[in-house]
Amino acid sequence: MAQRELLSGQPVDWQKLKTMYYYMVLSRKLDERMWILNRQGKAAFVISCQGQEGAQVGVALAMDPSVDWITPYYRDLGVVLAFGMTAREVMLGFLAKRDDPSSGGRQMPSHYGLRAKHILTGSSPVTTQVTHAAGLALAMKVRKVPGITASFLGEGSTSQGEFHEALNFASVHKLPLIVVVENNGYAISVPQAHQMSVINVADRASGYGIPGVVVQGSDPLAVYEATVAARERALRGEGPTLIEAKTHRYTPHSSDDDDRSYRPEGELLREKADDPVVMFRNWLTTYQKWDDQQETALLKRVREVVDDATDYAEKAPYPDPSTLLDHVYYSPQV
Amino acid sequence: MAVMSYLEAIRETLRQELRRDSRIIIYGEDVGVRGGVFRVTEGLQKEFGEDRVMDSPLAEAAIIGTAIGAAVNGLRPIPEIQFADFIFPAINQIVQEAARIRYRSNGDFGVPLVIRAPFGGGVHGALYHSQSVEVFFAHVPGLKVVIPGTPYDAKGLLAAAVEDEDPVLYFEHKAAYRSLKGEVPEERYLIPIGKADLKRSGKDISIITYGLMVNYALKAAEALEKEGISAEILDLRSIRPLDVQMILETAKKTGKVLIVHEDNLTGGIGGEISALIAEHALFDLDAPIRRLAGPDVPAMPYSPPLEHAFMITSDKITEAARDLAKF
Amino acid sequence: MAKAKLTPELLKEIYYYMALSRAVDDRMWILNRQGRAPVVYSSNGHEATQVGAVMALNRGEDWIVPYYRDLAMVIAYGETPREIMLHLLGRAADPNSGGRQMPAHWGLKRRHIMTTGSVVATQDVHAAGLALASKVLKDGRVSLASFGEGSTSQGEFHEALNFASVHKLPVIFLNENNGYAISVPARKQMAIMDVAARAQGYGIPGVIVDGNDPIKVYEVTQEAAERARRGEGPTLIEAKTYRFVPHSSDDDDRAYRSREEVAEWKKRDPVMTFEKRLIDEKVMTEDELKAMQQRIKNEVNDATDFAEKAPLPDPNTLGRYVYAE
Ligand SMILES: Cc1ncc(C[n+]2csc(CCOP(=O)(O)OP(=O)(O)O)c2C)c(N)n1
Ligand SMILES: Cc1ncc(C[n+]2csc(CCOP(=O)(O)OP(=O)(O)O)c2C)c(N)n1
Ligand SMILES: [Mg+2]
Ligand SMILES: [Mg+2]
Repeated sequence: MAQRELLSGQPVDWQKLKTMYYYMVLSRKLDERMWILNRQGKAAFVISCQGQEGAQVGVALAMDPSVDWITPYYRDLGVVLAFGMTAREVMLGFLAKRDDPSSGGRQMPSHYGLRAKHILTGSSPVTTQVTHAAGLALAMKVRKVPGITASFLGEGSTSQGEFHEALNFASVHKLPLIVVVENNGYAISVPQAHQMSVINVADRASGYGIPGVVVQGSDPLAVYEATVAARERALRGEGPTLIEAKTHRYTPHSSDDDDRSYRPEGELLREKADDPVVMFRNWLTTYQKWDDQQETALLKRVREVVDDATDYAEKAPYPDPSTLLDHVYYSPQV
Repeated sequence: MAVMSYLEAIRETLRQELRRDSRIIIYGEDVGVRGGVFRVTEGLQKEFGEDRVMDSPLAEAAIIGTAIGAAVNGLRPIPEIQFADFIFPAINQIVQEAARIRYRSNGDFGVPLVIRAPFGGGVHGALYHSQSVEVFFAHVPGLKVVIPGTPYDAKGLLAAAVEDEDPVLYFEHKAAYRSLKGEVPEERYLIPIGKADLKRSGKDISIITYGLMVNYALKAAEALEKEGISAEILDLRSIRPLDVQMILETAKKTGKVLIVHEDNLTGGIGGEISALIAEHALFDLDAPIRRLAGPDVPAMPYSPPLEHAFMITSDKITEAARDLAKF
Repeated sequence: MAKAKLTPELLKEIYYYMALSRAVDDRMWILNRQGRAPVVYSSNGHEATQVGAVMALNRGEDWIVPYYRDLAMVIAYGETPREIMLHLLGRAADPNSGGRQMPAHWGLKRRHIMTTGSVVATQDVHAAGLALASKVLKDGRVSLASFGEGSTSQGEFHEALNFASVHKLPVIFLNENNGYAISVPARKQMAIMDVAARAQGYGIPGVIVDGNDPIKVYEVTQEAAERARRGEGPTLIEAKTYRFVPHSSDDDDRAYRSREEVAEWKKRDPVMTFEKRLIDEKVMTEDELKAMQQRIKNEVNDATDFAEKAPLPDPNTLGRYVYAE
């Protein structure tokens, strides 16, 4: 990462960059806590953002949660935190508690959704969120409200027909949409080479007549700038952009996976040299915007937030079994 | 005879079939090096090579659509859908293509194809890793739907599905994979699709069910036995075609029928079975037909109290059966 | 397969199939307007693309997976006018479906024409699957799927190209771009000028060809087939063409396209221009041409009579072929 005077054409706002770093660290630490809770038998399932924080926070902080919407996928802890979901809200969902704002404990962890924060509820079948995002953007265009929609997915999920249908639809109608592919090189065990015959998912953009941008996910500022440019284009009515962030997956696919059977030896170690959290911290340090003291203070603060969220969620009640039948259809009462 | 888990029985059958017939190929998401997310296909790529056991891109419509083409051009594909919940992107290919190809071509084309998919809940899978999707397919003429309830049946039914000239959906309950164990013969054998199996003989009530629930029903029958209630258990083994004859026989024999499935109550196969009994054996009944089934919510929730409230258990079966026996 | 030369015989054969399918097509419309055929889907205007492409294949051995527009393609692939008419009129002996499907839903195993349904783009994945079997069985066959440009908006188009390119399957994707999906013009269907531009997203060649020139289509298809047989994977061919008639006999195209536009394209009618070329280049004499046209006329008459006299399906067969018999 090079030195910067400007970010998206503006003088660098260092406070914003520190916020960026905060969310990256918070995502990492909250994620790590989830694994501990899983190993302690307190949570049945974890699916991680580790290795993708730079891409996730970089995009989210380039958006305006007051008008924009997102349709995240299961790996997007960093996205939802930076977009306004609190650590407590995340932990309530993680431990499947009654007050989980995403689904009241109905969905698996990491299936985020919260209308008040412009996060569309998502499911497990991959890529359905991309057509939803095009629909949100369509409504923005038709209703002439400001704002854009960003949709997130993995590179494996681009093999689904809905990826194509969404991009085609959005490009024909010039919708205010950003599609962010977090390319971590694997779909569970399937490496990218078995998933597609191109190196860059972004190459597909030309098939829709839209820009396709490749950015290094460990550089949240590059991601941020690509998102700002895409968002401005979208707001000008020029249509969607496909952003591909090259990232890494530092954990197995989920707590149910064992990646030793399919990851080549040494690969993870090499990828760790490009850890977005470490890279960004080093960069801030190099340009004298960060020091050990600040790091210690930040880690302490993050730890408090994570502890608080964990305690809060652990003490929170489970849903009442009598609510099993609620919300199948609209009801004015509940 | 070797004792195997349900999962091992499926894997060993796949291995045996791959050895027997070079036209068989297996593909799907993560079935190669990873051996499937449940490890059903573990070791198969190593033994049979990447051409015959291969990872596909993450695209279910393509998995099934290409399997149709491959079947027409001389292969016997056994595609895997990673979770039954993810079969829906391929539903057009299964329902509108695979199921209709023989009929629409007046018998000129056929699609010998076995679609394997793990299904069912009680494994903290939440809405999208717990569903019972069988009845969507049981509704469709041209398809066959097989759901084995024991390791022994898993083998014989899978071999029969592979031999079948028509598309067969073969659903494997996730909670059965490692929990069910039983004796499985080494040699190949076929269990005819559409033939139910009387898993236990009784005289007071009949419990008609399939898949994992067979085992819960057997456990319930033991508890009922102690209370002096003799339960007969009919394992359907396939829900399309249904073994109408055996369904009617057991209904006539005991006069009291409890139908159990994890799938949602409304529109579940239990409704069809009830209708068959009502049409053909109404006057042999001593009590109204009872159905014990998943509640009518779109899918199984994750949080333990909610998941538990959804799941059928042997206790719930015992209770429903006791109630019926008293009628 | 050794590279076939464009001999005079081959050129004449190409013309014969183009003219024959145009004549069959014209007759189908007459039967429809007379109330004798419920619905017609035409290849009228697409003949050069369809015939040019399949003449470059090993006909009857390679697989084709056509769509409803492909009358000329299936005729060139060996489905006879009699068989076509039996299908149009829903007769028992219709080899495509025994009168079960709507007209133009081809399928003839004898000639390696894959059965097709109505849902667009499903055939793209089938072709990839046929090719997958060819790769595994090493049978040397190539598969060709054809589809309209509107159908490329479907997810299965993308899934098929992706699957086929990952596995380097011997398959050709032939897009017959006639600029319309029923009434929807291509610019409302996609934000690009050329369907072929999508090939880049799969790392495969995307070739644009004049779909009204059968020789050009023949050549690019031949190249794609050779590439496929060499194990180098799929090719996307986009043939730019035009349909001269409404989408089907139930459509009225005056609502969505101008007569001037249609007239402009008709100047490049593939059957007429190819006919002229064969005469000008002395591949065929006027007499030969007349004789061939007479033969075609007789064939069409014979096919119509034959099919009209043929029995309808027995209602008792309604329940047959749900499963293997
Ligand atoms: C339609 C569908 N098929 C299969 C799955 C099972 N599945 C869950 S995640 C996943 C891999 C996704 O890979 P990718 O898109 O690269 O995202 P990543 O997990 O690497 O971030 C698969 C196959 C699913 N969720 N949905
Ligand atoms: C999935 C699906 N949706 C809608 C239709 C109805 N339909 C039939 S043909 C057609 C237009 C296809 O246009 P194009 O692919 O360009 O082919 P063309 O008819 O122009 O050759 C439509 C919308 C269909 N058959 N299948
Ligand atoms: Mg990935
Ligand atoms: Mg068209």
